[in-house]
Amino acid sequence: MTNLSLFAGRPPSAGAESFADHARRLGARPAGNRALIDTLDRSGLVGRGGASFPVGIKWKSVLSRSRGAAVVIANGAEGEPLSRKDQTLMALRPHLVIDGALLAAEAVRANRILLYVGEAHRAAVAAMARALAERPAADARRLILLPAPASYVAGEATAAVNFVNTGVATPTATPPRPSERGVDGRPTLVQNVESLAHAALIARNGDGWFRSLGRHEAAGTVLLTVSGAVVKPGVIEVPCGCTVDEVLELAGGVRGTARAVLLGGYFGGWISARQAGTMLLDPKGLPAAGGSLGCGIVSVLDDTADPLEVSARIMQHLANESAAQCGPCFFGLRSLSAATTRLAGRQPDHGDLPQLHRWAAMVKGRGACRHPDGAVSFLQSALSVFESEFAAAAGARGRKAS
Amino acid sequence: MNNTALWYTTRGAGAVSLVLLSAVVVLGVLSTLRFESTSWPRFLTTGLHRNIALTAVVFLALHIVTAVVDPFTHLGWLAAVVPFSSYYRTFWLGLGTIAFELLLAITATSLVRGLIGHAAWRAIHWLAYASWPVAVIHGFGTGTDTWSGWMLVIDLFCILAVSLAVGTRLLVQSPDPLADDRARFRERVSRKVTK
Amino acid sequence: MWIDRTKCDGHRLCAELFPERIHLDDWGYPIIAAGSIPAALLPHAQRAVESCPVLALALRRVVRQKAVAP
Repeated sequence: MTNLSLFAGRPPSAGAESFADHARRLGARPAGNRALIDTLDRSGLVGRGGASFPVGIKWKSVLSRSRGAAVVIANGAEGEPLSRKDQTLMALRPHLVIDGALLAAEAVRANRILLYVGEAHRAAVAAMARALAERPAADARRLILLPAPASYVAGEATAAVNFVNTGVATPTATPPRPSERGVDGRPTLVQNVESLAHAALIARNGDGWFRSLGRHEAAGTVLLTVSGAVVKPGVIEVPCGCTVDEVLELAGGVRGTARAVLLGGYFGGWISARQAGTMLLDPKGLPAAGGSLGCGIVSVLDDTADPLEVSARIMQHLANESAAQCGPCFFGLRSLSAATTRLAGRQPDHGDLPQLHRWAAMVKGRGACRHPDGAVSFLQSALSVFESEFAAAAGARGRKAS
Repeated sequence: MNNTALWYTTRGAGAVSLVLLSAVVVLGVLSTLRFESTSWPRFLTTGLHRNIALTAVVFLALHIVTAVVDPFTHLGWLAAVVPFSSYYRTFWLGLGTIAFELLLAITATSLVRGLIGHAAWRAIHWLAYASWPVAVIHGFGTGTDTWSGWMLVIDLFCILAVSLAVGTRLLVQSPDPLADDRARFRERVSRKVTK
Repeated sequence: MWIDRTKCDGHRLCAELFPERIHLDDWGYPIIAAGSIPAALLPHAQRAVESCPVLALALRRVVRQKAVAP
């Protein structure tokens, strides 16, 4: 169950799969072209970086603007602290990622490929570097390994493009989007490394194969990072459409009693344990059920942990990771995180709780990138799922209002 | 045209230009300091800065034109654009030409700010801190009225006002609340140049 | 009206000159009301755009277009 497609082959203990093993197991790499884009369309593959945008449509959009000089950025920055799937994938199957990047470059007519790997993920950086060295010159010539700064927003698409253009990984305002004008003003495809790996297999096995791997109308497989109160935390590959309960079983079961599940990471949101169990982990279907798969984080909060304290810590992290370019994001998240921390410490200022709701609405959509939106969505999910705890904390004997 | 009238106009327009340009510099600094009060909105500072600057340019043009056409000075039009090219008070007039050309660059870029973008506009605008003192020194060196009582008072007032404004600007920390954090973050995510 | 949030430094001239559509949040940054600007208010909108010391504002024609891929 854990060796479905991306991790098929040697077990993780064997380390990174060499180019020789990769070629022996999967055969020669097919060519990337327009037909591949159509195949990806039919396969139902959506991006695994968090936005779940259909991959075929994205490639088509870059191709339509490409004049043979487009750019591909394989995004393995993985700045989300709870996520380990991208670094694990790159450390164990670097050649799948590189195949995907090369296929994408051919399909969208790009002449430059950047492998944007989070510099803090040293095993992944090393594996990708070694994999590049194993490649024939024709491939290696087009690929550049570019370590990404260790920060939350460095993985944002415009930040990646900005890093290549100016050496500073801060997000930029859109329009123009990277697919319109990115690196050196050229159409740029910024695609998550897991998405590229899936594409590399779909190119060989077809869209029908990919769809057949999923369950309940969902297509393909997805990498999840399971953490928190589970017996065996780690990265696993599961069919899209399996339930949260099944995933937690694979992770050895819950330690203690689950109170809530964080789906999608800091950019996702809390779901109560009661509701989460039967939710289908389908990136396309989940939003309708009130969740978001995001970058595939499934983190369990048990009933011995204080949900307010955990939420406050996450808000603090998100506030600290603001690029400090946009006032509403920097000051808004700071105010939100301070109030959440006060509530978590059961020493709220008068009016902290209604202010949380008010500020959340005030901040949403008013940054140049989606960082404040993600933080606000996370907080709103906490306010909803832990409503009683928040209300109790707000009613606690607070300090005298100044 | 009456030579004396031209002569007086040159000196008068020069003095007025100096006062107006001093006001422009002060208003510019107030703008950077984000000065405002209940009766003085931000757009008043920037609006006055712009309008007084344009008025100053008009008086400056008058000052230059009357100086050039005045037969007494034997200045050709060249002296208005090429520094230190006149026989008449070569050095001091040359300074005036320099101050004028700097101001021209500032005015021109400000009028097309939307086309050239903020960064380029800002770079040129810094020249204001060069243009003003050069203009003041030009006035002292070539001004016929320099040592008369009223001119001294005007000079003193202008220099005091600008010094006060610039001094305040240097002592006060940047009114942009994001300045420090933004710089710190940029440092964190900048590509380290490895040797 | 479009704003480049990375450039906006909270100078607040826009809110002074176009209060019909621009208000300030709790931290002094502009909240721009959604929707297109009627012709009667356009001169005020233009003044607000020109007044921005960092050129963070722009007026854009509303064009109905398909979603652009990120």
